[in-house]
Amino acid sequence: MTGRVHSLESFGSVDGPGIRFVVFLQGCPLRCAYCHNPDAWAMNAGTEMEAEELFRKIRRYKTYFGETGGVTVSGGEALMQPEFVTELFRLCHADGINTCLDTSGCVLDERVMALLDETDTVLLDIKMTTEEDYREYTGGSLRQTMDFLRELHRRKIPTWIRQVIVEGFNDTEENVARLNELIAPYDNITRVELLPFHTMCRQKYEKLGIEFRFGTYPDTRSATVERLQKLVKLPSAQ
Amino acid sequence: MTQFEQWNGFEGRLWKEEINVRDFIQKNYKPYDGDESFLAGPTEATNKLWGILQKLQKEERAKGGVLDMDTDIVSTLTSHAPGYICEECKDLEKIVGLQTDKPLKRAFMPFGGIKMAEEACQTYGYTPDPELHKIFTEYHKTHNQGVFDAYTPEMRKARHNKIITGLPDTYGRGRIVGDYRRVALYGIDYLMEQKKHDFDNCGDKTMTDDVIRLREELSEQYRALGQMKKMAASYGYDISGPAKNAREAVQWLYFGYLAAVKTQNGAAMSVGRISTFLDIYIERDLKAGILTEEEAQELIDHLVMKFRMVKFARIPSYNQLFSGDPVWATLEVAGIGSDGRSMVTKNDYRFLHTLENMGPSPEPNLTVLYSSALPAAFKDYAAKISIRTSSVQYENDDVMKPVWGDDYSICCCVSATQTGKEMQFFGARANLAKCLLYAINGGVDVKTREQVGPELRPITSEYLDYDEVMHKYDQMMDWLAELYVNTLNVIQYMHDKYYYEAAEMALLDTHVRRTFATGIAGFSHVVDSLSAIKYAKVKTVRDETGIVVDYITEGDFPRYGNDDDRADDIAVWLLGTFLSKIKKHHTYRDSEPTTSILTITSNVVYGKATGSMPDGRKAGEPLAPGANPAYGAEQNGLLASLNSVAKLPYEWALDGISNTQTINPEALGHSEQEQADNLVRVMDGYFDQGAHHLNVNVFGREKLIDAMEHPEKEEYANFTIRVSGYAVKFIDLTREQQLDVISRTCHDRM
Repeated sequence: MTGRVHSLESFGSVDGPGIRFVVFLQGCPLRCAYCHNPDAWAMNAGTEMEAEELFRKIRRYKTYFGETGGVTVSGGEALMQPEFVTELFRLCHADGINTCLDTSGCVLDERVMALLDETDTVLLDIKMTTEEDYREYTGGSLRQTMDFLRELHRRKIPTWIRQVIVEGFNDTEENVARLNELIAPYDNITRVELLPFHTMCRQKYEKLGIEFRFGTYPDTRSATVERLQKLVKLPSAQ
Repeated sequence: MTQFEQWNGFEGRLWKEEINVRDFIQKNYKPYDGDESFLAGPTEATNKLWGILQKLQKEERAKGGVLDMDTDIVSTLTSHAPGYICEECKDLEKIVGLQTDKPLKRAFMPFGGIKMAEEACQTYGYTPDPELHKIFTEYHKTHNQGVFDAYTPEMRKARHNKIITGLPDTYGRGRIVGDYRRVALYGIDYLMEQKKHDFDNCGDKTMTDDVIRLREELSEQYRALGQMKKMAASYGYDISGPAKNAREAVQWLYFGYLAAVKTQNGAAMSVGRISTFLDIYIERDLKAGILTEEEAQELIDHLVMKFRMVKFARIPSYNQLFSGDPVWATLEVAGIGSDGRSMVTKNDYRFLHTLENMGPSPEPNLTVLYSSALPAAFKDYAAKISIRTSSVQYENDDVMKPVWGDDYSICCCVSATQTGKEMQFFGARANLAKCLLYAINGGVDVKTREQVGPELRPITSEYLDYDEVMHKYDQMMDWLAELYVNTLNVIQYMHDKYYYEAAEMALLDTHVRRTFATGIAGFSHVVDSLSAIKYAKVKTVRDETGIVVDYITEGDFPRYGNDDDRADDIAVWLLGTFLSKIKKHHTYRDSEPTTSILTITSNVVYGKATGSMPDGRKAGEPLAPGANPAYGAEQNGLLASLNSVAKLPYEWALDGISNTQTINPEALGHSEQEQADNLVRVMDGYFDQGAHHLNVNVFGREKLIDAMEHPEKEEYANFTIRVSGYAVKFIDLTREQQLDVISRTCHDRM
């Protein structure tokens, strides 16, 4: 089974528990206005790789993983290649490597259910807190993400919630309140991370000749994120 | 069995029968696996003295890098009256002794070469005494003069064209670590007795060259020991007998080290493995109730303050090689004993804690002898100190211990040496990147157009053929290895003859093992260039004379630094091949040849002298430092890069494999605890694979750029970074070197 890979990062320390080998897959159905990886959108680009071949690369980092680390598959959107990721995760699990999925939760079909059977932790990106914004600024649907979260809860998969904060767009207390409300019922959530928006990716847009919709917003200051982070309510702690 | 009352309370026999500091340590040290909560902050005296010293350092920087210099006194063990950080508050100094009579004043040291000593003075606006010029040109020969009297024209040409480079023929070779602990444990009189005994038993019948030389050296060592006593006496201390308490142990030991830096200006003047040793004295005093933790920390703080003050007068060309005024007062903590017990003591915490009590500092060059089996609390503390100060380097005890035992010191950046039993002939490095260009151009240097190497047939094809290049490279490396070893033989011979390290050698065993340290520069560029020739298409660009001046590489090729065996196999091959060529040749005093992959900051100067390479590096650009992958080569992040370096067998590069990495704090984790946990995991994973060395920097590129543009900001006064093999205050680097550091890969959050 082959998959399309955008790039590999051997040292991820903020994309799941412990030290992670991060696989960025190629291809994404969403078109987020603040996306920092527009070069990972196209479905037919990237490098084709066997799951077995990728697994052999990942194995080389077992010595760093310790008890908490492992592999994280991100994107693009990992759920666009569920069978490939499932095979990769099976190989990893057979070798005792922890698996983590970084996704927007935009698909939930049988193939994705099979993938979740092999997933230890999920990083779920709740991109927008209203259905309206979600449609307007990502092209996807918040309902689907919430369906996905419900399924994770049913399966008791430890989940980190993430959201990108853009100053002047969603850096409001109301937004955080909505986020709190959305996640409140799910005590499988172990962490909620607000992430700062960056414009470092501007050159990628220019190179690809794609419009950077949020290119006019400034880089989010860390103080802004810290302020809002304090307002976040972790469901399990309630 | 000898007995001294100063030894009351110490266990063991063997170390009383013979000089054997290791045995003393093993029989008496107490491992500590607790955390840092016992540590004490700086005392009032420490704050005051450090405050004065920081002011002096600021003045020194304002005056262009040198505060004061001697111009008419030749530095010897007894040449100077006692000096103090500050005359009025000298009672605050728990540990005393300066190189000259004033703090940060640089001594005049002509034995390595009078021209250099004079040039160093003149560079900073001082006029050396003409009488000294006369003495050291007309009446007394120097090391430098000796070397140039014996060099062949070929050696001079190779040196001038910088294919062998950074040679210690214009500066002291350094890298000899006296076992300074011996002064504290045995006292000078006992050491003199032992040397006398060795002298009496040193070939009194047949006077071969070896015997004569050794007898002369032993006499010099004996005299140096006597002068150490005099030097100490001028500070009011009688070091003829062993130290009787912790304060004396620290002071006696420091006098031993001071003797070294008063008489030698070697590139690396390392302190050695003193931490566990001193802990034994501190523990004894703590137990007896005659010392408190505050006082113990104060002793270590004051000792470290002295190490931070060591200075030498250097010439501009030296500063280009080794930027930022380093002396490599390398000092080790941690490690695991041969019996499996951790050698971490409370004192190892105290030494790291000096970076908190007195802020970050490049010296002493604090080195953690690392093993994943070290106590978890210590690994955690060391990682936190790294994250806060970027002033610590890590070397793998698990790979060094089988070779050097459990009482080795690091004698420069990364080179191990058995303490008290070994010395090293430091030999700088051969530029293997230039050598590859010589192979392609038939021995002609593309920069100077001189025929430097043998006039072998050059490659004339438009596209480079891998097998042809490899064949020619092999031949050119043969030539280079032979010339390099023989040049070093000349240097080491003359150094022994004209600039013998009597004070340091007096603190080593009489019959020492000698290693012959060669080195490699341009490592990753050769690897990537050969990979380009093998896996892509490399087209030559020739000038009108037919010399290849540039390369156009078509297509992709694997690069060292991505955990890709196709490139990494070439790296392993290159190291093994070079070492085997070095080993073919006679080495001075039957020393054992070793090699290193280490460039220090000289990568910038070496790069200037190196033409364009097939890997895409353009003429004049800096070489990647040490064993680091080339800039921009690392496409898969930090761990992939570490995995590539970890493949190089330490046993083939016993002089060390230097690797420097910079990690953005945000990429390391959110909280400091998370960052420390991750850093420990990174080092466990790296070193468990048998890797040798890691310099850890934790900061972002923005901070470097800001420090370069605003060096006057208070926060950057002590901003310390690790470069290849040592640490340096960032603002003390030349702008060129600052830019080089900035352009290196910073492992950032994606």
